[in-house]
Amino acid sequence: MIHFGYGVMADATTDYDRNDRRIAEYLLEHEPSVNLCIGCGSCTAACSTGRMVEFNIRRLHTLIRRGETLKLKKEIMKCMFCGKCQLVCPRGVNLRNVILTINRALEQTG
Amino acid sequence: MINFNLFVLPFFLGLIYVVFAIGRSWYRWIRSLPASDKVRLTTMFRQPRQVLLALGEVCTEALLHRRMWKRNPLLGYMHMSFALGWFLLIVCGNLESRYYSGSHLNAPYYPIFLKFFIHDRLVIFFEVFSVPGFFRFLMDLLLLFVLSGLVLAMVKRKRSKWFGLKRTAEFQLTDVVSLTCLWLIFPMRLLAESFTAGYYGSGGGFLTQSLGNLVMTVMPFTSEYIPYSMWWGYSLVLGLFFITLPYTRYMHIPTEVLLIFFRHAGIRPKKWYSGFSDAEVLACSRCGVCIDVCPLNEAGIVDAQAVYFIRGLRDQYVPESVSRMCLLCGRCQEACPVGLHTDSLRLIKRRELVSGQETDFSWLASAAPGPVALETRHIPRQAEVAYFAGCMSHLTPAVIRSMRRIMDQAGINWVQLDEDGSVCCGRPLMVAGKDTQASQLMEFNKNQVLATGARLLVTSCPICYRVFREDYNLPVRIQHHSQFILDLVKTGKIPLQAHFRKVAYHDPCDLGRGSGVYEAPRELLTKIADLVEVGQDAHNAQCCGGSLGIFTATQEQRNDMAAAALDVLLENQPEVLATACPLCKKTFAKQSPVPVKDIAELVCDAMPNPVYCSASGQSRRAGSYAT
Amino acid sequence: MYKNIIIVGGGIAGMAAAAALSEIGMEVTVLEREKLPGGHVRSWDRLFPTLRAAKEVLDFLNKSLGLLTEIICDIEVGSIVPTPGGYTIHCTNGDIFTTGCLVLATGYDLFDARKKEEYGFGIYENVITSADLEKIFREGNQVTTCGGQVPRRVGIIHCVGSRDEKVGNIYCSKVCCVTGVKQAIEIRQMLPDCEIFSFYMDLRMYDRHFEELYFEAQQKWNVNFIRGRLSECAENPDHSIILKTEDTLTGHPLKLTVDLVVLLVGFVPGSSARKITGSLGLLQGTDGFLLPADEHTAGNRTLLPGVFLAGAVKGPACVVDTIADGRATAVEVYRYMKHSEVAK
Repeated sequence: MIHFGYGVMADATTDYDRNDRRIAEYLLEHEPSVNLCIGCGSCTAACSTGRMVEFNIRRLHTLIRRGETLKLKKEIMKCMFCGKCQLVCPRGVNLRNVILTINRALEQTG
Repeated sequence: MINFNLFVLPFFLGLIYVVFAIGRSWYRWIRSLPASDKVRLTTMFRQPRQVLLALGEVCTEALLHRRMWKRNPLLGYMHMSFALGWFLLIVCGNLESRYYSGSHLNAPYYPIFLKFFIHDRLVIFFEVFSVPGFFRFLMDLLLLFVLSGLVLAMVKRKRSKWFGLKRTAEFQLTDVVSLTCLWLIFPMRLLAESFTAGYYGSGGGFLTQSLGNLVMTVMPFTSEYIPYSMWWGYSLVLGLFFITLPYTRYMHIPTEVLLIFFRHAGIRPKKWYSGFSDAEVLACSRCGVCIDVCPLNEAGIVDAQAVYFIRGLRDQYVPESVSRMCLLCGRCQEACPVGLHTDSLRLIKRRELVSGQETDFSWLASAAPGPVALETRHIPRQAEVAYFAGCMSHLTPAVIRSMRRIMDQAGINWVQLDEDGSVCCGRPLMVAGKDTQASQLMEFNKNQVLATGARLLVTSCPICYRVFREDYNLPVRIQHHSQFILDLVKTGKIPLQAHFRKVAYHDPCDLGRGSGVYEAPRELLTKIADLVEVGQDAHNAQCCGGSLGIFTATQEQRNDMAAAALDVLLENQPEVLATACPLCKKTFAKQSPVPVKDIAELVCDAMPNPVYCSASGQSRRAGSYAT
Repeated sequence: MYKNIIIVGGGIAGMAAAAALSEIGMEVTVLEREKLPGGHVRSWDRLFPTLRAAKEVLDFLNKSLGLLTEIICDIEVGSIVPTPGGYTIHCTNGDIFTTGCLVLATGYDLFDARKKEEYGFGIYENVITSADLEKIFREGNQVTTCGGQVPRRVGIIHCVGSRDEKVGNIYCSKVCCVTGVKQAIEIRQMLPDCEIFSFYMDLRMYDRHFEELYFEAQQKWNVNFIRGRLSECAENPDHSIILKTEDTLTGHPLKLTVDLVVLLVGFVPGSSARKITGSLGLLQGTDGFLLPADEHTAGNRTLLPGVFLAGAVKGPACVVDTIADGRATAVEVYRYMKHSEVAK
């Protein structure tokens, strides 16, 4: 478990100075298209999983890019890989590989 | 000991080594097969018919290279001249040596270097009708046959286009060594035999004796060490070739034989790496046929083709991106002259890559309404036909709408399983290597299907269709909508009126190569349209580039692949481009100058007075609920 | 030397250029594909941001054309071929024009919303485009659903065919944002009980008084702006449309049923411009629109002598900018003609 060193109110703030951005950096290196996201939410809206359970892929990869990776693993595991998100993305983000890469990064950073 | 000379040692040792090395590999692979496959193998050897069939295939593929011939005659001839020529040289050489030794049992090197050992036995030059004369003629002819192949092999390195190959596989250092030896073997044999025949004035056939005589005329030599050193050279290159063989692409020669036996025993690729995978990896001759057919070329990707991926497997180094840089379109598999399961191998690697990653689909069990209000979600009611549109079809609503109209028109009692969005069929997870996790989704969908009591499951998505058929084990019939609609048309349930001009049909990978459905869509289309010819279709159809099989391609690369596929499809100026896959449809629609329509849409448009049912519901209630 | 200037395209850019040129005494011929000049603006009812009638602007341009301008309508240019010292224009009806100076003001096409299949245009009857809505306004008709009912809820979808890699257009069409706001207000003016939901990625109120219009839409007309791009539509049995999007500001997927959907279709390069580009060899940008010689310093010139570009042939532009650009072209043409006369 990564020690984030947050105080009691840590969840309220994205502490960009102290957050662990290893996953973000790994992700950007292996799937740079994630940087093209403009946060339009098409992916979340189209998501087959998100229709049935709390799962917001846009929020997830945005949080990762901000270094907020604490609750990530449980969340990302819900993805079915169906690829609809990728098919609606107006920016051509390669979302299925984004998720695979995040999985990989989580595996490596423990 | 008359029939021995020190120079045979390099060859002899090399031969012992290569036999040992091949034997060891074969033993290992067979040992690592799952128990059921071992049983298959032993069962086969108890059935002479199966063994004969396998031997037959060894002859047609490993020797004659039938599939290579089909690809390109020049390429086929080149491979055949090497394989068949060398094989016959060995067989005839053995027969020939019997004549001289009078024994059936000769040292392995004796037939190989026969001309050295018998150089002093005078035989009338070019006397074809005597036994030795006949053999001399035959052996020279075979040598010429192999040499012709060698010349072609050299030409191929410079002019691969003549052999139907735009690109050929890049070489590794070991390959270069081995290739050099291989290329030297037969010229060395020619020189050794010719020089010997020339020096001693006898012992050669029409080729070697004439060449030998010519050499003696042009630059006569007096030392017998000159032909003798040639024999040393011949033996050395043979020995070196044998020693390097297990470590180079030429291991494919013995491996292909074993692989053919494996296949005839009914051994199929497994989900995990096994002895069968080893046999497939080493049976790859790196002929390069898979390079040209790969759609990735169109996107400028030149390091992920099957030949390079399989080479990586053999070297135990495949970059992760290469494993995932494959459309799984199956085009290389279709073209592979050795019949390798290139897609299965790629999937095995992907499974290894994600073996430590977990998924969590526990939410499926509760199927609790999530953030989206699911008030329309319902437990499937009883129906004859269960329709599963598929995730992607939700982005092509025209397909779903056409299907609904068609089913209503045919008076079918149907229910759509994924009216309000799908639980994925599982195949997209499987192509990521997550088979075990996919089984949870499959279980969910299976129960959905069974709950309807339907006898027929129809899907609009070839990806779903393939996984339903291959992995679901459903006790109901499964059809892609092209097959389903064709049946409806054939039984007269759908009257067709309109006729379209000039339609080109694109075969979706998972429907065509993946599931073998080529005819149904064509038959259906010919009823409502004039099909225009497509340059590369059916088994050889281009992938649209939108495949879920690939993970690491960028959007631009996908666009390039789609553009290339469109070029082929639109060559004969169709007015409509038809396909039978929502993903292909969306991919092409992005760039196509002509409308792209699903086969279901075209049928719907061709119906005279479709029952009006603009969405799920109303007329279904009026029509189907009543039945 | 040819004295006559030919303007291909009688939209507002072509008209503005012709008016300015004839005013300074140059002979101009405008070739227009349609039956009347005016281009797309002929189909618009009221213009943003002031909601003044589009017809007023067209009338002004028509009046200012002057005596030296000849407008030939109902004629389509097939190809333009360079000749020594000028250009020959071949029309599809067989007419041939020659000129030494050519202004391309062929404009743009509207994005074909059927290409965005998941939005249901051409599939669901209650999905219309902003151009359809404008036509309803212009013809003085009532905004209704396909069943003739007064809609209680209307969804306005921004960025249809623009900023969308999936249809091959990654550029912004600039004017749809403010058009959406304008049309939202207009629907509210017509149907005070109708709720409006605008789905947007960004609202680009870039020009003068645009932001004020947005402000008014919120303050006075209570238009709901939801920041989330539509992913797909579905149709209910009663033909109402279910919109699926993410409300990105709450972070939750959002589902909403509306009676009518308006797709704000963007600009795509005109088909006529594409034809002419082929025969003349003009440069295109990555977006497919024509490129001027220099985007900053020679915005109306091309690399071909005597060929000029005016208006939306160079990419999305609003009415104000297009008229200004037509006039700017006139200045460039005048300078060119003067120099070539001096040279003679």
